[in-house]
Amino acid sequence: MCAGCGHDSISAAILEACFQLNISAHRVAKLSGIGCSSKAPAYFLNQAHGFNSVHGRMPSVATGANLANHELMYLGISGDGDTASIGIGQFVHAARRQLNVVYIVENNGTYGLTKGQFSATNDLESKSKYGEDNLFPPIDLAAMAIQLGASFVARSFSGDKNQLIPLLKASMKHKGFSFLDVISPCVAFNNHSTSTKSYDYIREHNESVSETDFVPLGKEITASYDEGESVQVPLHDGSLISLEKLSKDFDPSNKSSSLAKINKAEEEGKVLTGLLYINTEAKDLKEILNVVDKPLNQLNEKDLCPGTKKLKEINKDLS
Amino acid sequence: MTQIVSTNEFVIKFANVNGSGSASANQMFAKGIFRSGVPVSPKNIFPSNIQGLPTWFEVRISEKGYLGRTEGVDIAVAMNPQSYNEDLREINSGGYLIYDSSWKRDFERTDINIIEIPLTKLCVEEFSNPKTRLLFKNIVYVGALSYLLGMDKEIYETLIAEQFKGKGKLIAPNIKALNIGYDYASENLKGSCEIKVNKSEKTKGMILTSGNDASGLGCVYGGATVCAWYPITPSTSLAEAFTDYCEKLRIEEETNKNKYAVIQAEDELAAIGMAIGANWNGARAFTATSGPGISLMNEFLGLAYFAEVPLVVFDIQRGGPSTGMPTRTQQSDVLSCAYASHGDTKHVLLIPSNPKECFEFAAEAFDLADRIQTPIIILSDLDLGMNDWSCPEFEWDDSKTYDRGKVLHAKDLEEIENFGRYLDVDGDGIPYRTYPGAHSEKGAYFTRGTSHDEYARYTEDGVVNARNLSRLLKKYQTASDMVPGPIFNQETNSSPLGVIYFGSTEASMQEALDKLHEEGIVLDAMRIRAFPFNLEVWEFIEDHDLLFIVEQNRDGQMRTLVMAEGGIIPDKLVSILCFDGQPITADFISNKMSSHITGSPSKSASGGK
Repeated sequence: MCAGCGHDSISAAILEACFQLNISAHRVAKLSGIGCSSKAPAYFLNQAHGFNSVHGRMPSVATGANLANHELMYLGISGDGDTASIGIGQFVHAARRQLNVVYIVENNGTYGLTKGQFSATNDLESKSKYGEDNLFPPIDLAAMAIQLGASFVARSFSGDKNQLIPLLKASMKHKGFSFLDVISPCVAFNNHSTSTKSYDYIREHNESVSETDFVPLGKEITASYDEGESVQVPLHDGSLISLEKLSKDFDPSNKSSSLAKINKAEEEGKVLTGLLYINTEAKDLKEILNVVDKPLNQLNEKDLCPGTKKLKEINKDLS
Repeated sequence: MTQIVSTNEFVIKFANVNGSGSASANQMFAKGIFRSGVPVSPKNIFPSNIQGLPTWFEVRISEKGYLGRTEGVDIAVAMNPQSYNEDLREINSGGYLIYDSSWKRDFERTDINIIEIPLTKLCVEEFSNPKTRLLFKNIVYVGALSYLLGMDKEIYETLIAEQFKGKGKLIAPNIKALNIGYDYASENLKGSCEIKVNKSEKTKGMILTSGNDASGLGCVYGGATVCAWYPITPSTSLAEAFTDYCEKLRIEEETNKNKYAVIQAEDELAAIGMAIGANWNGARAFTATSGPGISLMNEFLGLAYFAEVPLVVFDIQRGGPSTGMPTRTQQSDVLSCAYASHGDTKHVLLIPSNPKECFEFAAEAFDLADRIQTPIIILSDLDLGMNDWSCPEFEWDDSKTYDRGKVLHAKDLEEIENFGRYLDVDGDGIPYRTYPGAHSEKGAYFTRGTSHDEYARYTEDGVVNARNLSRLLKKYQTASDMVPGPIFNQETNSSPLGVIYFGSTEASMQEALDKLHEEGIVLDAMRIRAFPFNLEVWEFIEDHDLLFIVEQNRDGQMRTLVMAEGGIIPDKLVSILCFDGQPITADFISNKMSSHITGSPSKSASGGK
């Protein structure tokens, strides 16, 4: 990674989140596509298996891996090129299937590894390092994820550890499709003064919907806030996400409210960050498909092979 | 008027309108012959359309067991005025035409026998509902045929009862329709057909099933737990068969939960990606597709090859190139599968010839994929996959365990000092793998499609990469001893001439060899069942001066593979190629070979071949 790359900060935040949650590295599977972001998993949690697949196809590989063993935690690391362009189809369908994965887009608005072409999340008014205008409007992956049925959607900034780490922790504890759009400036190709994905621009235009805190199971909640300013969202294992200083016009459990808030921020030229949407009721893919609790990769011939007796019956039916 | 006189050896062809409910009646007709003890091979010749276009159902009945397609029709059941002219042309001289004489008409041919049955009128008289009338018309002609062919009507009554088991209300009207046809024929058509079906014992120990159904069942027996697929003719029925069998055989009793997961993916790329992800994580997973899907899956096939992830892919070949003829058969993906994906890649192909082999190869493929840690592509085709075949019963050995290949579990890792995912520890080119989550400190590695060293670390060192590519080639050589060997039609070779064939061509091959034998031409025959070719394949080629290679494609793809992989001189290999989308016939094969050998012009009358 280049010195100062936002992706490194995200890796550090992932590591910190796993550490704080006591997640053993070997119970994590890291999956990625192709690009700078997708190389990142090679540099953290080295006791975890990793799979750097093909461009834009991480979601399908993660889907298969998850079906084989639902007991591991799946970290899908992707970029804006990998997800918003070549892999948008797989992203869409993984979200609508409620794949139980923490899906992180390290969003820098540019194709770094091929030297600075615009990506599909780049803003219309943004210019490239070489002074070219971006001719097409951006895809807002977070808004899209909400529409697709993702049950946890957040946006953050690689430079804001205090926001990113609690969001990561909450997403890791959430069951279902957890999507994090993390703005991650590219110091080599998209950190200039005319870029809307630069450190300076994001710091200036960042509007947080709430201050997020993750409260692990059993920990007492001590702080109290005025009504309407604080919400506690319980997750499946009993831990809580605490959303503080919540703005009054925003309800993160309501799709329309979330989308309205995102759209309004966009109109005002702001980058809305924080936990944008959460639904803790949604079933995940394993539940939808009614798959047994024992991981499929642990079933053996006794569990799986119907044997000769059944085969004789089948032969009889076919004769 | 001459009449074809034949017992238990004939072809009957039904011409219907797609979507008129004829398929199940026609299948029932074929099953009735099978139940009479006579081998049948029904073929559904259908358009890429759901309703309205002509569709045919051709049944070859052969006590001798010749089940390949053959040119010419002995009995035509012409239910579709749209295709009367075409249907009429195909009838052999002295053959029979059965048509719905509710609307009488004259036919141009005078050398065939016209059998008139007023099907619509009979149905109008007996059934009030217009939709029911249309459906029962099909059963009425089955009833009439059972009389004309001298069959035991009870066989069909039993089949009706079986088919509508659980839908009791439908049994009586169907049996009524059957009797309407049977009674009309017995009262009006006595002596009008000299083709008969006599009871035999030839289907004892046999089943009637399709390659796709058998493959789906093979996946269940082979321990597949994840199936990811995208609908495409003619592979769809394979994934559906797997699902159906799982619903019956793979439900956990205590919880009513599924010991399997099936996902209809968003496209073929996702389908193969899911199968790769699941296999990487230690579950047995597969996808099923056809040529266009293979094209889309190329990138992922290369990844699975290079990252050495086990994988099973079924390619049910159809007519190409491009979208081609989606509902017609071909063997035209041989090369695109053998070398799928960019860079130096080679894949393991298994090529079944009949449903029993589809079942066995499907189950075996998962062991092979785990043992070799590479994609195994099963090359079937539309004719084998979608049509029913009379074939020997499925067999299974209950003492068989799944061979998961070289996998290191926590205990193994404890004892190992030095784990390298791509280290060639045993000298056979096959490394050891671990499943994610296996051990808290050892065995983790980073799977990647980029160049890597023995420890799965990224490298741009060309020497290291070349070493890895060479090991993959060694692994491929190891694979040639693991895959199913060829089948020979003779115990010992006795001719300087040989013939090589594969896949569904088997159905016509023995008949072709017998025909040539009658002409005094003796050939040794070998059926290839897998790629890479093993020593036996090369020895057979070595042992013969001239070899025919029979294929259902235009370019002689298997011939190219044999030449490229074995350095065989082109002059030694003569292509016999059928690529019109119809299953290859014995006449076609024997005529082409005979004319090449004797130098006389081909007797084949079929155009476009």
